[in-house]
Amino acid sequence: MKKIIIAFAFTILPWLAFSQEKVEGTVVEAGNANTLALPGANVYWMDSQIGVATNIDGKFSIPYKKEYNKLIISYVGYESDTLTVNAPKVVKHGLKPSNELDEVVVQQERDNIQKTYFSPQNTVTVNSAELLKAACCNLAESFETNPAIDVNLSDGLTGTKQIQMLGLTSPYLMITQENIPMVRGASQAYGLTFTPGTWIESIQITKGAGSVVNGYESISGQINTELVKPLTDSSVFINGYGNQNGRYELNTHFNKKLSEKWSTGLYIHGNKRTQKEDDNGDGFLDAPLADQINVMNRWQYQDAEKGWVSFFNVRFLNDEKQVGQVDFNPDTDRVDNNRRMFSQAEALASGEAELPILSEAEVWGSEINTRRFDTSLKLGYVFPELPFQSFGFQTAYSLHKQDSYFGYRTYDINHESIYTNLLFNSIIGDTRNKFKTGLTFAYDGYDEMVTATDYSREDRSVGAFFEYSYENLEKVSLTAGLRVDNHNRLGTFVTPRFHIRYTPWEKGSLRGSFGRGKRAANIFAENQQLFASGREIKILNSGGDLYGLDSEDAWNYGVSFLQGFNFLNRKGDFTVDYYITDFKNQVVVDWENSQEVLFYNLEGSSTAKSFQVEVNYELLPRLNIRTAYKNYDVTTDYQSGSLQKPLQAQHLFFANLEYETKAKDNGSQWKFDYTLHRVGEKRLPDTSSNPIAYQLAATSSPYNHMNAQITKVFSNTFEVYVGGENLSNVQQDNPVLGGDDPFGPNFDTTIIYAPIMGRMFYGGFRIKI
Amino acid sequence: MKTTILSIVMSLFTVLIFAQDKNKKMTFDVNGKCGMCKERIEEAALNVKGVKYASWDIPTHQLAVIIDERKTDPMKIKTALVAVGHDTKELKATEEAYESVHPCCRYREDNSDDGADH
Repeated sequence: MKKIIIAFAFTILPWLAFSQEKVEGTVVEAGNANTLALPGANVYWMDSQIGVATNIDGKFSIPYKKEYNKLIISYVGYESDTLTVNAPKVVKHGLKPSNELDEVVVQQERDNIQKTYFSPQNTVTVNSAELLKAACCNLAESFETNPAIDVNLSDGLTGTKQIQMLGLTSPYLMITQENIPMVRGASQAYGLTFTPGTWIESIQITKGAGSVVNGYESISGQINTELVKPLTDSSVFINGYGNQNGRYELNTHFNKKLSEKWSTGLYIHGNKRTQKEDDNGDGFLDAPLADQINVMNRWQYQDAEKGWVSFFNVRFLNDEKQVGQVDFNPDTDRVDNNRRMFSQAEALASGEAELPILSEAEVWGSEINTRRFDTSLKLGYVFPELPFQSFGFQTAYSLHKQDSYFGYRTYDINHESIYTNLLFNSIIGDTRNKFKTGLTFAYDGYDEMVTATDYSREDRSVGAFFEYSYENLEKVSLTAGLRVDNHNRLGTFVTPRFHIRYTPWEKGSLRGSFGRGKRAANIFAENQQLFASGREIKILNSGGDLYGLDSEDAWNYGVSFLQGFNFLNRKGDFTVDYYITDFKNQVVVDWENSQEVLFYNLEGSSTAKSFQVEVNYELLPRLNIRTAYKNYDVTTDYQSGSLQKPLQAQHLFFANLEYETKAKDNGSQWKFDYTLHRVGEKRLPDTSSNPIAYQLAATSSPYNHMNAQITKVFSNTFEVYVGGENLSNVQQDNPVLGGDDPFGPNFDTTIIYAPIMGRMFYGGFRIKI
Repeated sequence: MKTTILSIVMSLFTVLIFAQDKNKKMTFDVNGKCGMCKERIEEAALNVKGVKYASWDIPTHQLAVIIDERKTDPMKIKTALVAVGHDTKELKATEEAYESVHPCCRYREDNSDDGADH
């Protein structure tokens, strides 16, 4: 019978091609020998409103258009399937009953970067496909192709990428992992590199004031990372990566559905660099020797009928970095402070200079070893009869231990953190008026030793929040939130945040927001790169509760306008936004005198103004371009006067081109990707007090930074990629100042304005089963 | 005292008899064909006092609502739906109301294909 149907189908196929283009077929139950036809199954094109239902014999016929290539077949009680259909044809498809444990992954073809037209917050969602466009080895490197975030090299030694938004560094961003605050306190400097790229499912980037739900700390914006879920991730995933500079990575995921309700996943990441790279010949490693093991185990519980969903995570991380002079051997060459003091005392006794005298033979090096344990639990309950009402409970515990030294300076920090958040969502009257309310409790215990000074402290806070949102899909939506927190060092304070969206005409979206953020600056953890210099570190005590300083407090205001358009029948969008962050109080990091670093509270004004224009357009089918121009004006009143933030480019231009060939039925295709960053000139910190040999110009020259990647997808299970970073081979010629006397007063590795590594090629593969 | 008890018992009875659900879930057929229809239908339903939740599914044409029965009833919702031009099983929209929908939403002419992307 089957054969007859197919034969018959083939005979009518030629006529179909000449008549109206249609996709026809039959939907049956999979694995049923008697071919049970499924009448009333829904068949529709993804992202369209074209849908039909199968007739009594399970047959359907749906108009075919070139724009659509994903056909979704769904039926109550069966797993939905998505077929790739690139031509009018006849299909026969079997649906699996959904009580079978075999998983069917429904893939959605979406824009890799999604902008929302309706949310009152200026949020962009980056999905995992976007993250595959560059070798995103970890979260810090995941923003290369995204104009909302600037990726800077934070320090010449470790090459750790720091991210910036609205002209402010990452401490002013709230970084959460599945809505639990993550990269903060002791992990501020390197925390972003502790989330491997393959673990990321999607990233939500919100510009400007965030939501009050996740706390009071966000000032310039919020980045939330969703990790892959055991239930939806591939059952086996293997990714290997290697680059020219001897960095190797291996990622493996194993996911298993244990029962109807339980799934678990084990994710193991390892990376290593044993090759010593000194491309610029300054005697210092261009990139650290590194070794990281990162293991996470997730448990997911889902009971749709009763409305429960829960996640339990445990993670252990061990990360070791070694930097400094190329021939530094940590076992024999480490100079600790006692020895330095001793030689200083000897020098004084013999009537020599006051400065430490370390023999020429001393080698400068640094090691940063981090061990971290995280565990978190999320419980969510949606009232089965009331889809708009839910409870959420999150709790997380982490223990972060960093032992490090930079030359003779030691820096050890242990950070123990407990966070809990209880959340209730419901409506007022109807679903256009929603509210969220809840309680937050947080504890942070720091054991911090800077060389011989103990800065240990404990922070405790408890807070309550309420957020009302009005959502009307047509014209207006708004979110108004308020939280009140009591913190043992910041006192009792109120954090209001407000967002509004107005749609004046079709595909237009005008947004405005304002909000307050407050935070306790962990000055050493956030500015660790300053230890790798001969600068003296001074805190100008103002009698505050944090290192003798007062906490940071800022207001952020912003407007943005998004307009989607169709030009020559191709989709595009245009965004313009302007944000101002105005600091009421700030911990100013002043390194305008090259012999010292000063930390003091703001006297006067400090503002960060950011303006951005972005245009995205589909030039040709499957060829997309993204361009952005950014302008920053970040001024702070330093003791030496009002200055632009050092190492901050005022003008930036970004362009990204992506092209992919049409995917065949087995998923095979080519993908090409190219990104250009044009970085304007940056003001360099003042070096005029250095001897002539160690002086730098007042500004750096502009440069272009280019990356490209080619991916060959062989099938849905196997793909290979090769790429290059910094293709134009731009290199800063003097990343280490005073490297000839690294224990001397002019040694400085902190002034980094361009890449240190030259052109670099990499390759890798991904296996998904 | 007796009367009080009696009246309490009686009042309980009346409550039982006229028990009206604060969160009653129900679904009914509403004709339409596209995303714009979905917005219009849900908006119209939510504008009825006592409707807490409304979700219209494009392929199945099913409108799921959660209502407070003390404040509204299905007929009121259907009246609101036909007023914006969408037919239900019991009530049909007037020609005038039907003409008011966006030209691409004319589900009566062609119920399968929504035409352009909107």
